[in-house]
Amino acid sequence: MKYAHLIWSNLKRKKVRTTLTFLSILIAFILFGYMVAIKTAFDMGVSVVGEDRLVVRHKVSIVQLLPESYEARMEDLEGVAEATHATWFGGVYQRPSNFFAQMPVKPEEYMAMYPEFILPEEQMDAWLSTRTGAIAGRATAERFGWEVGDRIPIQATIWLRQGGEQTWEFDLVGIYDGAEQATDTTQFLFRYDYFDEARQMGRGAIGWYLVRVDDPDRAAQVADAIDAEFANSPAETSAETEMAFIQGFAKQVGNIGAIMVGVLSAVFFTILLVAGNTMAQAVRERLNEIGVLKAIGFTDGQVLGMVLAESCLLALLGGVVGLLIVWYLISLGDPTGGALPIFFIPPGAFTIGVAMAAGLGLLAGIFPALQASRLRVADALRRD
Amino acid sequence: MSENNGVLVRANGVDRSFRRGAEKIEVLSKLDLEIPTGEFLCLMGPSGSGKSTLLNLIGGLDRPSAGTVEVGGKRIDNMSGRKLASWRARHVGLVFQFYNLLPVLSAARNVELPLLLTPLSKSERKKQVETALSIVGLTQRAKHYPGTLSGGEQQRVGIARAIATDPTLLLCDEPTGDLDRKSGDEILDLLHALSKDHGKTIVMVTHDPHAAARADRVLYLDEGRLTSEVPE
Repeated sequence: MKYAHLIWSNLKRKKVRTTLTFLSILIAFILFGYMVAIKTAFDMGVSVVGEDRLVVRHKVSIVQLLPESYEARMEDLEGVAEATHATWFGGVYQRPSNFFAQMPVKPEEYMAMYPEFILPEEQMDAWLSTRTGAIAGRATAERFGWEVGDRIPIQATIWLRQGGEQTWEFDLVGIYDGAEQATDTTQFLFRYDYFDEARQMGRGAIGWYLVRVDDPDRAAQVADAIDAEFANSPAETSAETEMAFIQGFAKQVGNIGAIMVGVLSAVFFTILLVAGNTMAQAVRERLNEIGVLKAIGFTDGQVLGMVLAESCLLALLGGVVGLLIVWYLISLGDPTGGALPIFFIPPGAFTIGVAMAAGLGLLAGIFPALQASRLRVADALRRD
Repeated sequence: MSENNGVLVRANGVDRSFRRGAEKIEVLSKLDLEIPTGEFLCLMGPSGSGKSTLLNLIGGLDRPSAGTVEVGGKRIDNMSGRKLASWRARHVGLVFQFYNLLPVLSAARNVELPLLLTPLSKSERKKQVETALSIVGLTQRAKHYPGTLSGGEQQRVGIARAIATDPTLLLCDEPTGDLDRKSGDEILDLLHALSKDHGKTIVMVTHDPHAAARADRVLYLDEGRLTSEVPE
């Protein structure tokens, strides 16, 4: 700490250069934060999905429907604790850009399947007693300023009402919260019985099943048993764990992780060159001063440490401020307006970010620091 | 620092040569020197005669190619780099021709630099800095940055930095070389006072006979050898 003033004073020596380097690092870490949040969004909270849940869809595609009658047959299979279903509604609220997932579900079964959706008991009771009742996740409710008691009109794009009517109206009876930060609170859920009776076509057909298994270690065997049960039927199934299902969904876009690592590597390599150049110039400009410090008794190690500390301080300042800014920006919500329902930076990413900033500082400063530490005093003083 | 029969600095058979490509340049050759404690010694000689090289050897900033250098009864020519740095911090004060102050630090912070290498607390360091600045008469300029000080004032800050740790040995490389006569005289007065009133042993390199006249003894370097006679 004795040398803090000296290190700080050296950083302030060329204010414009230091500021530009600081801003470069800051922007790189803002980008890092966004990349992490986007990756988290594409993983859709894979880290928090229930290990004991299976997703069962039509073998051909998730777009193909399955018979509602499969639910009872699945529940009879060994290893299945419970099953329920959901269907993609795909409606539009006010305008197409207001995207969020809407699904008809069986309230009690669905909420039992997703205990991470926290709904007050009285709101659950209201949902069960209101056929047109619906609940929305906190994020969607806040996004559109909905409150319990509001009437929500949704324009159908797939499921018309009997008589060809396009508008479905729902009474918002509850708003659920997520048990964890990564829990999806953008869903809009309404009653399947109301939906099934009122839809013009497809009665008795559902989108996909959600199955809870007794033993997560036997999830693969149970998935095989489900697929075997419906093999050679008109609607064969494809069962997989929820984690595999979500990862497969993300992979349709591409290997997000590899893309992120590629982009970030390029960015950080460039920033390393910028910061390294700054430190190299900073040291080259004051070789004489470094010689003076050594002449009055600073050891090679102390000089090395001071240059590295200067480099790390600059990188950490840029990194930490960048992380704070991106944390704030991301806390404002999904910038796509709903396409990324889970959009946040996991806390662990901040630790990684700070470690990356420190690493950047060390790498950028190591060669100039070695140059400074190896400088011979008499040579340095002869430079004036 | 302990003395050795009243001798603070003793150089025996010192050679210092440099290589420039294939050429070997002998700067100092078989040089012997003794400097008694408390002496104000002046080294003179033409440019390139090895004055600064000798000063660097006495101050542990450089090592001889052959021979030994003892300061305070301790050989410094064979110390490790780390030990030598630590020794310099405790026992040597350096004054440079171009002051060599750090422009980003105030006068007080510049003076504090060598004290950072000591175990002194912040308040003790502050006290030492105040003492050093008062000795050179710059208490009022403590918070000024080098760029706002005159050449004479900057050199006085340089001297305050050199004496901040209360070293026995002060090595001054042309301390008045960049100053006008008046400022130069003030610096010489200060060095003289440090020698006579504070007991510092001072080795000063200069080209200026006027400055040399203030020293207790003048030695001339000529072709790598020391002499008390003015070389022809």
